[in-house]
Amino acid sequence: MATTNRPDSPDRETLVQMYEIQSKIKTTDERFRSMLTSGQIQLIYYSPRGQECISAGYAVHLRPDDYVVTIYRGLHDHLAKGVPMRELWAEFLGRSTGTCKGKGGPMHITHPDSGLVVTTGIVGSGIPIANGFGLAAQLSGTDQVTVVNFGDGASNIGAFHEGMNMAAVWKLPVVFVCQNNLYGEHTPMSMSTGVEYISERAAAYGMPGVTVNGNDPVAMWHAAGEAIARARAGEGPTLIEARTYRFYGHLMGDAMEYMPKEERKAAMAADPVPAFRAWLLENGHATEAQLAEIEDKIVAMVDDAVEFAMNSPEPSLDELYTDVYEEITK
Amino acid sequence: MTTTEPRIIPMGLALNEAMDIAMGLDEKVFLLGEDIAEPSGGVYKITKGLSTKYGTHRVRKTPISEAAIIGAAVGAAIAGYKPVAEIMIMDFIAVCLDQITNHAAKIRYMSGGQTTVPMVIRTSAGAGRQFGAQHSEMLEAWAVHTPGLKVVVPSNPADAKGLLISSIFDPDPVLFVEPMLMYWDPQYACDVPVGDNRIPLGKANIVREGKDVTVISYGKQVHDAVKAADILAGEGVSVEVIDLRTLVPLDEATVLASVSKTKRAVVVHEAVTRCGFGAELSSRIHEELFGTLAAPVARVGGQNTPVPYAKNLETAFVPQVADIVAAIKSLNK
Repeated sequence: MATTNRPDSPDRETLVQMYEIQSKIKTTDERFRSMLTSGQIQLIYYSPRGQECISAGYAVHLRPDDYVVTIYRGLHDHLAKGVPMRELWAEFLGRSTGTCKGKGGPMHITHPDSGLVVTTGIVGSGIPIANGFGLAAQLSGTDQVTVVNFGDGASNIGAFHEGMNMAAVWKLPVVFVCQNNLYGEHTPMSMSTGVEYISERAAAYGMPGVTVNGNDPVAMWHAAGEAIARARAGEGPTLIEARTYRFYGHLMGDAMEYMPKEERKAAMAADPVPAFRAWLLENGHATEAQLAEIEDKIVAMVDDAVEFAMNSPEPSLDELYTDVYEEITK
Repeated sequence: MTTTEPRIIPMGLALNEAMDIAMGLDEKVFLLGEDIAEPSGGVYKITKGLSTKYGTHRVRKTPISEAAIIGAAVGAAIAGYKPVAEIMIMDFIAVCLDQITNHAAKIRYMSGGQTTVPMVIRTSAGAGRQFGAQHSEMLEAWAVHTPGLKVVVPSNPADAKGLLISSIFDPDPVLFVEPMLMYWDPQYACDVPVGDNRIPLGKANIVREGKDVTVISYGKQVHDAVKAADILAGEGVSVEVIDLRTLVPLDEATVLASVSKTKRAVVVHEAVTRCGFGAELSSRIHEELFGTLAAPVARVGGQNTPVPYAKNLETAFVPQVADIVAAIKSLNK
């Protein structure tokens, strides 16, 4: 069974929407990896394959004006929050038509119109910044929520401790999503982390902490929904530990010798995206024709985005000097 | 005819006025930092009274968490606020340098200008109170070396006020370095105009005109440069003193015009000499004016050591008026 059946499960439309997001992430990732492997493109690439259900599970609860902060392995979060495919591809390829005019790259995708406000390449550093978005919403009296994503490794860096404590003390409308894929770079969690569950750490800050199967879309939807509703109601932050697995190691080209072969094989055999697809069909939430149409549409969207990005120019050399300050300086 | 009585106030009060004015003008301005709310109003009392006037939601006392303070300021700034974060002592910048250099400084660039970080980091700095190696440094060169940051170091209360209001309303992140010894010492008090009298960033001040040598400085050392100029005036040497006020943006035009005239320059700061701001400025002067210089640019700065504790050692670390006088004389040999 791919997911849990609960009486209060999301409606059919939401379930299909979550699948659409997952499928978009999976298809985009597969295209990036195939183009990288064939040498058509060259870039530093952190595959999110295996972690799709987490982003889909929280994103369907968010409004466009809610904020998402993420990290260098953030493609799934970018797409889930609605960063447009064309601009995303163009940014990954360093083109002038990218979200950031080609100046940020995959590790710094920013698209405020979608609410994707910060992507950081520094482990843990998004956490204190997310508090600032939460504080802005609190000071303005809006009910905007900030979701900040990070890995299990980030829970061992100082910024996590400082940020979680401040969020709890100030009751900020922030949801901390620890996407626990069991590895921090090349080191298994068991060798770097003194607790079995990252969510246990929430107690130390006086905030609720929950561990959820991040490969179970409906379980993730429930956990995220509760945390987001809590934040929106002004009741403060929550730490969600979503357990998952990254299929392709730390970054593209990683030999993955530190990941046991059998463990990885088992995780990939339990690939949550096709499993959710099968579950949707078995339970009559969607028809084969409906899902195939969605998938075809996504393939066409990726085809279009790749063509758009590949045909877009590099930034002009003048761009080297713009955006350092408001005024252009050399 | 009406005359305005001079209003002589210390830098601590001038800074307080600047924040008061900015908060009154724009509800998006808020302050955060350790101990800054009442009853203490900050360890140096710079924010005294402001939490009573504007509320503890706008004058926010934080945990002792420098990375969380700067991170919260960065996020709020991107979301449209104008945060003024206080880092109690400049050495503590080391604890939150990632948020300053990787995030505040780079976010405008990394996002292609979509997100901006209009925030101020106020911090107290400088030796002279026997606070030892971790509470006395001037680290402005770290920030100058980071594109995306602006760096301000005022030398007197009027400038401190005018520059701080400008910094708060500046579209870019500003590191605002306050010479700790000048906060409440009456010898540094001066006439400070009432109201919103802004001083633009990037405009140096010619404190004293002269024709033989240009001394370029900022912060507390501007006063030592003037004392050195007084001493040398008695010996027939005419010294021009420039107060840079801001290191980024740098008013290079004023510096180069002055040195073109005097053909001699001394750069003075309290920070350690090695790779200090003086190294950069000296290099720029040589690059632009090599053919016209009558002598190589001299540097007067702190010793290349940590700041020591014992009074005699601390005094030996900090450049003194006599060192500036000696440096000027060395150019006239």
